[in-house]
Amino acid sequence: MSGNSSVPPAIPSFSEGRAAPAQPSPESPPHRARPGGGLMVWIGVAPFFIFAALFMLLPSFSLLVGSFRDTQGHFTLENIRSLFTPSILSAYSISIRISLTTALGGGLFGFLLAYAVILGGLPRWARDALLTFSGVASNFAGVPLAFAFVATLGRLGMVTVLLKTLGVDIYEIGFNLYSFWGLSLTYMYFQFPLMVLIIAPALEGLKREWREAAENLGASTWDYWRMVALPILTPSILGAIILLFGNAFGAYATALSLTGGLINLITILIGAQIMGDVLYNPGLGYALSFGMIVIMALNMAIYYILRRRSERWLRR
Amino acid sequence: MDQNQRAPLRQRLVSWLILLLGGLYFFVPLIATIDFSLRARKGVLSVLAYQRVLSDPRFASAFTFSLEMALLTVVVGVILVVPTAYWIRLRLPQLRPVVEFVTLMPFVVPAIVLVFGLIRVFSRPPLLLTNSFTGTQILLVAGYVVLVLPYLYRAVDTGLQAIDIRTLTEAAQSLGAGWWVIITQIIFPNLRSAILSGAFLTITIVMGELTMASFLVGLKAFGPYMSQVGQNRAYEGAALAVISFALTWAFTMLFQFVGRRALGGDQAFGAR
Repeated sequence: MSGNSSVPPAIPSFSEGRAAPAQPSPESPPHRARPGGGLMVWIGVAPFFIFAALFMLLPSFSLLVGSFRDTQGHFTLENIRSLFTPSILSAYSISIRISLTTALGGGLFGFLLAYAVILGGLPRWARDALLTFSGVASNFAGVPLAFAFVATLGRLGMVTVLLKTLGVDIYEIGFNLYSFWGLSLTYMYFQFPLMVLIIAPALEGLKREWREAAENLGASTWDYWRMVALPILTPSILGAIILLFGNAFGAYATALSLTGGLINLITILIGAQIMGDVLYNPGLGYALSFGMIVIMALNMAIYYILRRRSERWLRR
Repeated sequence: MDQNQRAPLRQRLVSWLILLLGGLYFFVPLIATIDFSLRARKGVLSVLAYQRVLSDPRFASAFTFSLEMALLTVVVGVILVVPTAYWIRLRLPQLRPVVEFVTLMPFVVPAIVLVFGLIRVFSRPPLLLTNSFTGTQILLVAGYVVLVLPYLYRAVDTGLQAIDIRTLTEAAQSLGAGWWVIITQIIFPNLRSAILSGAFLTITIVMGELTMASFLVGLKAFGPYMSQVGQNRAYEGAALAVISFALTWAFTMLFQFVGRRALGGDQAFGAR
């Protein structure tokens, strides 16, 4: 995802659906507006599913198969086993840590910002401005974002130079834009706006009546937050943080442009594998991707469960 | 907002402080980039970097190429999504969870993994596409459609929710309209805002995209071109970043403007 240059803004929320029967009978749709019944009904969605099969399922499936195959095409666990070498484990670990750091940091700061403009007593225009800026910033990722941060915090960046004239040399005291913290700081540029966009509707969905009811029952502000608002918001907040995690975990373009591929992230390893210039074992590339899909799928599964819980409260 | 009166002064001060911090985070890198992009000539501010960028023929060709890819993505995406979303709502509501799952795939399969899978599947018979430029363009557009699917589907589906498709369909049918006429002359026009807002977001996402573009078409696309320029010439890179930001800004504003009208002012989750 964006970082993947295209920051996936916020995930769409869909209304809940019933679980689909694997092979729903053609008779089941409502008997209205029939175009011709029977199999004809399914032709309407055929192009979409053919597209999905060709360009989504097939590629994913082929990576899955590839990660359990050796060069002769026989079944093997060797590719998966080779994930457990120090340099690859460290790539997963750095990717996960950077995603966690920016998801938690971006989540906290984004929440505070959204809280400030929605419930903090600021004028309405502050809220509108923040949401607009957040829309722009959450889409601003990849190559140009990396350039912007080089111009800001690179060795000759504006802030670096400014701080130096004030007597603080951030590169002397251990900061490096092209390292873990530099990259985290850069990711934050699209992470916290994304949090604002996701969490703002949840904050706006807190009904004033709840607060009034709590106050009538003698609750203090702290009691209200601890016992009413936070429990209601928790699934939304956790869900948002999970999305931010996925957003950073899949990011490639920003990291590549900023560090020139010198940081050991899992996406950078996969990129190098596609170019075929670093690792010589093709099966390993598939296994690397497979590992990523597993982590992202776990991530989304948790998200989906939380989303269902939070939707209960947010129906307006 | 009536919280204005209720929020105590101290709380409002803290709120302003947080907003100020957010503003700094947002604007300082922009200002730094603009400042940097104006320093190509030693000692004075100048637009030299911009002149160099804009006079580079590769800029125009990469920009046009990516814009074409973005527009193709919009067209293909809309053709895929609108009839499907319409049909799911009208006739196959039981398929909705499946379609939702499919549209959420980009959140499980990141771009770098997807492009890897695409290259693997389509670089050998019977689905050989990577051997020709047209073939890689098809793959690129397909990949972009996958990337924007969640947003496009969501925008169109929300748009459909707002109109009474069942009544419209039955009315059209009772007047003798066929499916082609219903989709092209009734559903599409009613979804104009939703489609337009999806289109602006698509263009925003696709224009500077690096991951898929660099592995499929390389320097022909705007993202890889920017990346290469920035590696070799820092001032021009900064100028490109500023141009790119201006574009992102313009298209996001258009998206929000159209989207707000389309969604009735509702800043819905995901529909920014």
